[in-house]
Amino acid sequence: MLTKRIVPCLDIKNGRTVKGVNFVDLRDAGDPVVLAKQYADLGADELVFLDIAATLENRKTMHDMVLKVAEQVNIPFTVGGGISSVEDVDDLLHCGADKVSINSSAVKRPELINELSDKFGSQCVVVAIDAKEVDGEWLVHLAGGTIPTNIKLFEWAKEVEERGAGEILFTSMNHDGTKAGFANKALAKLSDLVNIPIIASGGAGSIQHFVDTFKEGKADAALAASVFHFGEIPILELKEALKKQDIPVRL
Amino acid sequence: MNKEDKIVSSKSKSSSPLGKLEGATSSLVIINYGAGNIKSIQFAFKRLGVEAVLTNNPDEIIASDNVIFPGVGEASSAMKMLKESGLDQLIPTLKQPVLGICLGMQLMCNHTEEGDTKGLGIFNAEVKRFSNKVKVPQMGWNTISNLKSGLFKGIKDNEYMYLVHSYYAENCDESIATSDYELEYASALENDNFYGVQFHPEKSGKAGEQILKNFLNL
Repeated sequence: MLTKRIVPCLDIKNGRTVKGVNFVDLRDAGDPVVLAKQYADLGADELVFLDIAATLENRKTMHDMVLKVAEQVNIPFTVGGGISSVEDVDDLLHCGADKVSINSSAVKRPELINELSDKFGSQCVVVAIDAKEVDGEWLVHLAGGTIPTNIKLFEWAKEVEERGAGEILFTSMNHDGTKAGFANKALAKLSDLVNIPIIASGGAGSIQHFVDTFKEGKADAALAASVFHFGEIPILELKEALKKQDIPVRL
Repeated sequence: MNKEDKIVSSKSKSSSPLGKLEGATSSLVIINYGAGNIKSIQFAFKRLGVEAVLTNNPDEIIASDNVIFPGVGEASSAMKMLKESGLDQLIPTLKQPVLGICLGMQLMCNHTEEGDTKGLGIFNAEVKRFSNKVKVPQMGWNTISNLKSGLFKGIKDNEYMYLVHSYYAENCDESIATSDYELEYASALENDNFYGVQFHPEKSGKAGEQILKNFLNL
């Protein structure tokens, strides 16, 4: 049976992890490669690296990091941040990334999704959508959720699926950072609407939140950062708890 | 090569206590025909201490001890690339162990619904698309069961493997592993010296690495 995935997300700046990490005795918790290996050993199913300071100057640094991760880590990983062309994706896949995540660039030029899925296959195209519920309407936001658009979340999700996205990474800006649980209603609606996997993001604070997002939110995968980085939720413990709730996980 | 020869030859190989992994003379090629992320496969072997050569040179492929036939992307365009390089003729004639991964395995079958593409006909299997009753692609970790090959030595039944695919090979006589997604399908195939896996051993943790190691020791 296909299992639900647990996905730690690492924010990267100049080839280093940004937020502090403090869950095991690591010699260098700022080194994404060390951290990625650790997560793979602890039972993470997949990893996401988000280049939060993506600029032309540090692109090479990011490529070096991707290359090192691919060399040393034996689980799949996605790279996102600052990707806006077929060439960008070609470079990252050549460095060994399994999937890429695009966000603002897809909103600005939706054809990019078609181009990427035609050239590389939809299996490596993740479209990240940041959205916020404003007066009962879920609207897509850009630039890390800071710039609102008038694009409706559910219409956009349907469009990215039709254009060839292989997966949607949905972050609720209303829930992100709150540690009060995922946006399960919107997630469930998304999951019923499209026929590609949905990664839930934003709001993880407890083990129960993961149970809820898989059961009520119908998510295929759940992404979180700080609860994993600070050891608040050990991945193994989380997966054992999910299994007890009859949620299929890889243990 | 018939089944008996195969048993004999695999016995004679495994009689070496060090196995192929330690042997400096063994060679491994990854067929490079422009399809997909082959770096991951190369790196996975590197973690096992084995240098894999990326090549589309027929002589180099024929001379190697083991061959990996990778593939990510769309079937008809991958097959077109194979034909342009003449590799579609070469691959079925290879005598050493050949391992097709993901789309590589699908292209080794008779036919795939993806782009209505004729395959290499190495495996007597049809490749079909999952229906919309399930999410497509299947993406993530699923179990492999009914394991029936030296390729899975030391791998327990229901081990988890990482899969990303929209098309599947139908369960058939050549199945050496099955998985369930919408239905039971062949997640690995074997015919003589040819092996195919739908999952990505190079991305499937330690168990995946064990399968790659087993392949080198076949």
